[in-house]
Amino acid sequence: MTLASSVLGGDRLALARLLTQVENDSLEGRAALAELFPHTGRAHLIGVTGAPGTGKSSLVNQLALHFRRQDDKRVAIVAVDPSSPFTGGAVLGDRVRMRDLAGDAGVFIRSMASRGSLGGLAQATASVVQVFDAAGYDIVMIETVGAGQSEVDIAGLAHTTIVVEAPGLGDDIQAIKAGILEIADILVVNKADRPGVENTERSLKSMLDLAHPSQRVFRHHGQIMSDSVQAAPRDGMIWIPPIQRTVSTEGTGIAELAGLVAKHAAHLRQSGDWASRERARLEVELDALIRETLMSRFREGVPQKQYDEIVEKVVKRNLSPWEAVKVLMNPHPGPSPRGRGESERSK
Amino acid sequence: MTERKIRVLVAKPGLDGHDRGAKVVARALRDAGMEVIYTGLRQTPEMIAEAALQEDVDVVGLSVLSGAHMALTPRVMELLKANGQSHVKVFIGGIIPDEDLHRLKEMGVTGVYGPGASTDDIIREVKHAVMG
Repeated sequence: MTLASSVLGGDRLALARLLTQVENDSLEGRAALAELFPHTGRAHLIGVTGAPGTGKSSLVNQLALHFRRQDDKRVAIVAVDPSSPFTGGAVLGDRVRMRDLAGDAGVFIRSMASRGSLGGLAQATASVVQVFDAAGYDIVMIETVGAGQSEVDIAGLAHTTIVVEAPGLGDDIQAIKAGILEIADILVVNKADRPGVENTERSLKSMLDLAHPSQRVFRHHGQIMSDSVQAAPRDGMIWIPPIQRTVSTEGTGIAELAGLVAKHAAHLRQSGDWASRERARLEVELDALIRETLMSRFREGVPQKQYDEIVEKVVKRNLSPWEAVKVLMNPHPGPSPRGRGESERSK
Repeated sequence: MTERKIRVLVAKPGLDGHDRGAKVVARALRDAGMEVIYTGLRQTPEMIAEAALQEDVDVVGLSVLSGAHMALTPRVMELLKANGQSHVKVFIGGIIPDEDLHRLKEMGVTGVYGPGASTDDIIREVKHAVMG
């Protein structure tokens, strides 16, 4: 029996072991992903992001409890924390806030280190989510690393993105910057029992008022990829991100938040956004795989010695990085990289 | 393909609240390039075994300063085994009387560390236990 078929059969140890294989991008993991892929596409993927210390883990804990108790859904949680850029090690501490979920066979929590990825997720997060989806979890919650302003990869992965704010994290200029607030489908002001909650909520509200309610389109290769699957949504089909106050240590506002999540899922299905997001997500994933495959294929074809020599030239400023790329990508290097015209490749 | 990372669960079973040592060890293992899942205080053996399963760890580190190690350790090991994880190496840190050392080793505990143990030793022995 393969690992994948054991996972489909509900074997939790097989699931855990497969997640490791997928995380390590092993051949066994890749084969299993291929086997599981036809079984994916059913789960509701919910992303939870926000600055460090806003209470993402506690909120995920409370939401998962709600989904279990009220809706009897099976819930998987993927919690990403950063890896050290120096040693590659990591302390993954999100489980500390999720102890209420222990002992429930309908919940599976997996911690992931970001392993050098910068967008708030790990490279293998999308694949790990796919495994949970195939394993029959109705809801997969993805908690990003404590995000700054531009860790927005989660929006490309999740159906519903929850951005968590807390009082006292900056003035209203923060609220009009591009980036993380833009990706929110639902905005949460957590720690709403703290002073300053009105100010935080007000800046978020004014940000939303200014935003022209337009169809959500994905930026893809720097181009706007308009929604080709479905016609533009009709009036009244535009989703304006609601703001929900919560106190996740007490569970205040959680039922309302879960209601908003369900409402958003219904909206996505009605408006056709669900399908277009799925498509955009798979396209992004495919692109990432192509990039990765091309990169490793390229590195296999270049001897380490030659690569090191080129790096050395760049370090000594004898070669610009662009010229270095030209040399490396050209299998039959000419006499001098400087001899080639600038416009040669641009057409 | 990315390199294999050693995954370690650091857990505090039982009722004592002294987690300084556990945090120091977690940090040291992190700096040695391992991925450390930290679960916090007052974990039951059931919670620890479940986390070890979900996280597919290579190593479980238990920190016990309450004196309950002779009750908690065998229970954790029993549950790991029941879950099909008898390959997981178990390490213990805390206040462990000398007379218990032998019995813990007999149960299959890989390493026991008391106050003053060097983190370098812990790192080396964890690596050795997992990688051989």
